[in-house]
Amino acid sequence: MIWSAVIGASLLAFAFKYLGQSIPQSALAHPRIAKIADLIPTALLAGLVAVQTFANKSELVVDQRLAGLAVAAIALYLRANFLVMLIAATVTSAILHQI
Amino acid sequence: MSRAVIRDSLSISIAVGTYGAAFGVASVAAGLSLLQTCALSLLLFSGASQFAVAGVLGAGGSAVSAIMASALLALRNGFYGARMAPLLQVRGVKRLLASQITIDESTAIALAHEQSSKEDARKGFWLTGGGIYLFWNLATLLGALGANALGDPAQWGLDATIPAAFLGLLWPRLTNTRARLVAIGSVALALILTPLLSPGIPIIACVLIPIIAGWRVRS
Repeated sequence: MIWSAVIGASLLAFAFKYLGQSIPQSALAHPRIAKIADLIPTALLAGLVAVQTFANKSELVVDQRLAGLAVAAIALYLRANFLVMLIAATVTSAILHQI
Repeated sequence: MSRAVIRDSLSISIAVGTYGAAFGVASVAAGLSLLQTCALSLLLFSGASQFAVAGVLGAGGSAVSAIMASALLALRNGFYGARMAPLLQVRGVKRLLASQITIDESTAIALAHEQSSKEDARKGFWLTGGGIYLFWNLATLLGALGANALGDPAQWGLDATIPAAFLGLLWPRLTNTRARLVAIGSVALALILTPLLSPGIPIIACVLIPIIAGWRVRS
């Protein structure tokens, strides 16, 4: 099951990269398509933040992950480095898990 | 080739490459094996998509949901490829290699140098893409080995690592009102749908928000 996800996702990502290199640029130049394509990562990443923070299977829960995310947001606001931000979030969640 | 290109490419390769360690840790914490984690970095090689595969599978989503979420995030690499092709002018094996390293950073470096020198832009693309590929895969292996040695992910706070990583990837995209509204709308939609649909599907449904938001654009 996991392997099929690994291989399937890898094949599709490579197909997009290769197709992009191989088709005329004008085919993707339509402003509407360009705008939607530019916003898709924003939407998916935001959805992933929400689900990964609050979902436990199909249930919504508030736990130490939210505290970790809040610390991550503060770190990003203060322009912290990506790894510093991740470590701050991880340590916060670990401490709350111990209490 | 100017020294500035080499310096920029190397520093970004090391800086971004080390984030691969975070992916290695997060992926193993989500339940993927060491081999599966390294395969994602070697074969998929696109940070946000890799985190999506680990995140969706870790949350109990199906393989199809994981593939769809990953693919939607990887669509942008196709747009980068179309932008890079006239600059790179490569065929055959070289085009296969160029495709694999067409990611956010290699494209950004090439675009930054394109105005002043096409030669620098090409070198910047290859050096940055190749450098990140090397460091990203080494760091993934080290991160995955480390996480394997740790045991229970929640005990070490690793359950917060994946959402924080997604927030870190999202943050630089929130530069204008439209992007912020799309992000807020997507958070709301994903949370509303989570109790109603199988894990993974609410994330894929978020693709509707940019289609609505981007449809009315003229310029």
